[in-house]
Amino acid sequence: MSRPGRDDAPDRLYTLTQGRSRSGPDNPFDLVTLVVAECEPTPGMQSEHVAILRMTRAPAAVVEIAAELRLPVGITRVLLADLHAAGRVSARHPRLAAVPDPDILEQVLVGLRNL
Amino acid sequence: MDSATSDPRIPLGASADNGLKIVVVGGFGVGKTTMVRSVSEIRPLNTEETMTQAGAAVDDTSAVRGKSTTTVAFDFGRISLDAHNVLYLFGAPGQERFWFLWDRLFSGTLGAVVLVDTRRIDDSWYAIDRLEHHGTPFIVACNDFGGPRHSPDAVREALDLDPRVPLVDCDARSRESCKQVLIALVEHVRGHYAAQAAGSRQELV
Ligand SMILES: Nc1nc2c(ncn2[C@@H]2O[C@H](COP(=O)(O)OP(=O)(O)OP(=O)(O)O)[C@@H](O)[C@H]2O)c(=O)[nH]1
Ligand SMILES: [Mg+2]
Repeated sequence: MSRPGRDDAPDRLYTLTQGRSRSGPDNPFDLVTLVVAECEPTPGMQSEHVAILRMTRAPAAVVEIAAELRLPVGITRVLLADLHAAGRVSARHPRLAAVPDPDILEQVLVGLRNL
Repeated sequence: MDSATSDPRIPLGASADNGLKIVVVGGFGVGKTTMVRSVSEIRPLNTEETMTQAGAAVDDTSAVRGKSTTTVAFDFGRISLDAHNVLYLFGAPGQERFWFLWDRLFSGTLGAVVLVDTRRIDDSWYAIDRLEHHGTPFIVACNDFGGPRHSPDAVREALDLDPRVPLVDCDARSRESCKQVLIALVEHVRGHYAAQAAGSRQELV
């Protein structure tokens, strides 16, 4: 017996992203990349894009955007890559390198001790 | 997906530009969400990642069509450390299927807290093994559920823990206790990379 809700879900995701793959290695959006809107929503814009532009008037992490949109992270990355390619959002990527900068670790410790 | 969308979103400051990740990983019901909630400035939010049953994360949405997929859910909180640095704390399950997503979601993670319920220590072996495999620095935090106390040595032995990995006690419901766990982790991370750097300098001479 088929469960309509379940069967719908992939189609909805497919429609949202027009089936494109943009979250491979060429998609730079990390879970904690901070996204900032560079413009206001315009009429006729896809509703998910409108929601993203509203919620990124202040910086918001990819994972916060995914949670708010109630979409899986991978799909959210695709939407963000579209907006980024169109110059509608900018991205502040994490500065953490494979070996973290001792200065940043120190800043984290200071921040935690001040909590 | 159960998001706390009823919460008014507390916006980050305009200068925030560096997101950092710490993952709290542990077995079912060990207190991951409680720990995230205790230190977070926002109510923990929930999100998920979808992958095909073959274990590949769904990054090509066309592949979703007609294929069976499975979903890994995780929750997270946020701590604004200063004008630039924002720490995201993720509570993630330790089960096998979750680790398929580790590289995709948690690469570049500062470090991990393995949360352990001393009454069910076996639940933690797999997570510790995977973190070692991924080379992610971690500490072990024993969440106090009020059962019989185990000596640190007994816990270490049961976990077969590397003597360099810190083992701490905590109460996931206490903000102060969780804060101390995070400080212990970041101090360990700092020492871990300092030792690595010293080791590679020695190899050069
Ligand atoms: N006594 C005691 N209870 C705790 C502590 N930490 C968590 N709990 C309780 O244990 C239960 C499970 O805690 P959660 O934080 O939901 O655990 P979790 O690891 O997120 O659980 P799952 O996400 O379902 O795997 C809750 O009822 C908590 O209130 C603790 O330090 N001491
Ligand atoms: Mg939980």
